[in-house]
Amino acid sequence: MIAESMYQELILEHYKHPQGRGLRDPFDAEVHHVNPTCGDEITMRVKLGDGGTVEDVSYDGQGCSISQAAASVLHELATGSTVPETLAVVDEFTRLMQGRGKVEADEDVLGDAVAFAGVAKFPARVKCALLAWMAYKDAVARSA
Amino acid sequence: MSTPAFDVDRIRKDFPILSRELPGGRPLVYLDSGNSSQKPTQVIEAMREHLAVHYGNVGRAMHALGAESTEAYEDARDKVAAFVGAPSRDEVVFTKNASEALNLVAYAFGNPTNSDPRFTLGPGDEIVVSEMEHHSNIVPWQMLAARTGATLKWFPVTDEGRLDLSGIEELVTERTKIVSVAHQSNVLGTVNPVEPILARVRQVGALLMLDASQSVPHKPVDVAALGVDFLAFTGHKAVGPSGIGVLWARAELLEAMPPFLGGGEMIEAVWMDRSTYAPAPHKFEAGTPPIVEAVGLGAAVDYLSAVGLDAVARHERELTAYALQALGELPGLKVIGPQDLQDRGGTVSFTLRGVHPHDVGQILDDEFGVAVRVGHHCARPLHLRFGIPATTRASFYLYTTTAEIDALVRGLHHVQKVFA
Repeated sequence: MIAESMYQELILEHYKHPQGRGLRDPFDAEVHHVNPTCGDEITMRVKLGDGGTVEDVSYDGQGCSISQAAASVLHELATGSTVPETLAVVDEFTRLMQGRGKVEADEDVLGDAVAFAGVAKFPARVKCALLAWMAYKDAVARSA
Repeated sequence: MSTPAFDVDRIRKDFPILSRELPGGRPLVYLDSGNSSQKPTQVIEAMREHLAVHYGNVGRAMHALGAESTEAYEDARDKVAAFVGAPSRDEVVFTKNASEALNLVAYAFGNPTNSDPRFTLGPGDEIVVSEMEHHSNIVPWQMLAARTGATLKWFPVTDEGRLDLSGIEELVTERTKIVSVAHQSNVLGTVNPVEPILARVRQVGALLMLDASQSVPHKPVDVAALGVDFLAFTGHKAVGPSGIGVLWARAELLEAMPPFLGGGEMIEAVWMDRSTYAPAPHKFEAGTPPIVEAVGLGAAVDYLSAVGLDAVARHERELTAYALQALGELPGLKVIGPQDLQDRGGTVSFTLRGVHPHDVGQILDDEFGVAVRVGHHCARPLHLRFGIPATTRASFYLYTTTAEIDALVRGLHHVQKVFA
C-alpha cells in the first residue's frame, strides 16, 4: 500500500529517536510555527556562526511522525552546514513536497530527506513534512 | 406499535456507498458517521425525483412546479416537526446546518433591535456553555460575549468525560441569560443530563439550548418531553443531505427573536426605508432555501422512523459495548470518555501510546479502508482539558457492524506494529 511507502524506516527511526530535540542557548532567532488544520506545532531556534555556518538548530514541538521526523532530519542536515547550502536543501525539499509525487527527488541535494518523497503523494500530509523546514527558513531570515 | 426487527445486513443494502470498494480493492469500513453519515437510496431517490420532476422555487412561484416544490418543502417541515415532537410545525426553522441554528439564536441576544427582556444581554450578564462543546457551540457565544460585554462561562468536564455539575449553583445564576450545551458529545459520546441543568436554568429564569447534532440522529428525541427552549441539529449526520440544518425553538421565543438574515421570503412588506417580517418560521428563512435538501431531510427522517430510533439506539449500544471491550484489550490504548454504557452513545475516541492520531488514521485508511476521524474533532478546548493534541475517533451508526469494529482493531494492531 502507498502509506507503507510513506512511513519509511528512516522516518520512523527519527520519530522514535529524534536528533537534536530540545531548545538550546545561545540562539540568534526563535520562531514558532503551527499547522492549524492538525494542531502540529514547532518552536525552532537557530544559532549562526562566522562565515554563514549553522552552529545549531534546536527545536521542540508536537505532532505526527512526519512532522517530528522532518524536524529531526532537518537538524542533522543543517547543523554544521552553511546557510546557503541549507537553503538550497530547503528549496529542493519544498519542490519535492509540492510535486504531488511526480517530481524526481535530487538525492545528492537532499540526503536523508529524500525519505520523505512518499509524503508528496498525500496532499493532507505535505504540510506536516514542511512545518519544520518552513520554520527553519523563517528563523534563518530573522537571524540575518 | 410492535418493535421492528433490526437486521443490519438488510439496512446496509439501503446504503449503496457501503458496497463500494476503495482503490486497490479494499472494502470500505466507514466509522466516521459522527462526522457525517452515509445516505440511503430512499433519500438519494427522493432528492433525484424532486429535481427531475417537481423542482421550482418555493413560496413565491405561481405555477404548478412552484406549488409542488412548496408542498414538498413544507411537507419536510411537517415530518421534521413530528420527528422531534415539536408542538407546532411553525417552530421548525430550516437553516444551513446546526452551526447556523446556533448562530441564529446567539444573534437574538443583546441585539439592539430586540427589547424582549429574555434576550437582553450586556456587561454583567452571563452565557454558560461547557468544556465539551463542539466549536460551533462555543464560538458563536464568544462572539456574542465580545459584541455585548457579557461574560462567557462553562461547565467543566470530569476525568471520566462527564459534565461536572457540582458547581452548577455558582455557575448558573440570576446573571445567566442562556445556557447552551451538547445533548451528546461528539468526542466523548457522553449523553448529558438535561433535567438537572434545566431545573437550575428555570430557577434562575434563563433559557436552555441543546446542540442535538449528535443525539437526534441516534435515538428518540422529543423536544416537548425535554422541555428545553432551543434545539439544533443537522441533516447530514442523520442520513440526510448536507446543506440543511434545523433550529427548533418554542413559538413564543421565535416570535420575540429578530431575523438573522434579511432577504427574500422573510418579509411581510418592504418599503425603501423599512420592512415588516413574516411570522416564524419564514422570518428566519431568507432567500431561496435548500429546497431539495429539505426534501432529502424529510425522506431521511421517514427512513429513520421506519427503522425505529429505539432500534437504532439499541443497535448502537451493542456496538459500543463490543467496541469498548475490543479496544480495551489493545495495550497502550486509552479511551477518552465514559468507559461504560451508562448515558453514552456510539462514539469512541482514544489515544494510542506513542502514535499520533494522524498516523493512526493514515494507516487505517490506506491499508485497511477504515475511515475514522483524527484530530481535535472541532472540540479543541476539550482536548486541551485532557492534555492531548488530538484523538482518533470511531463513530457508529445504524449500518455499522461488529465486523467493522474487528477491522478497526486489526488495523490498530498493525499500526502498533509499524510504530513498535
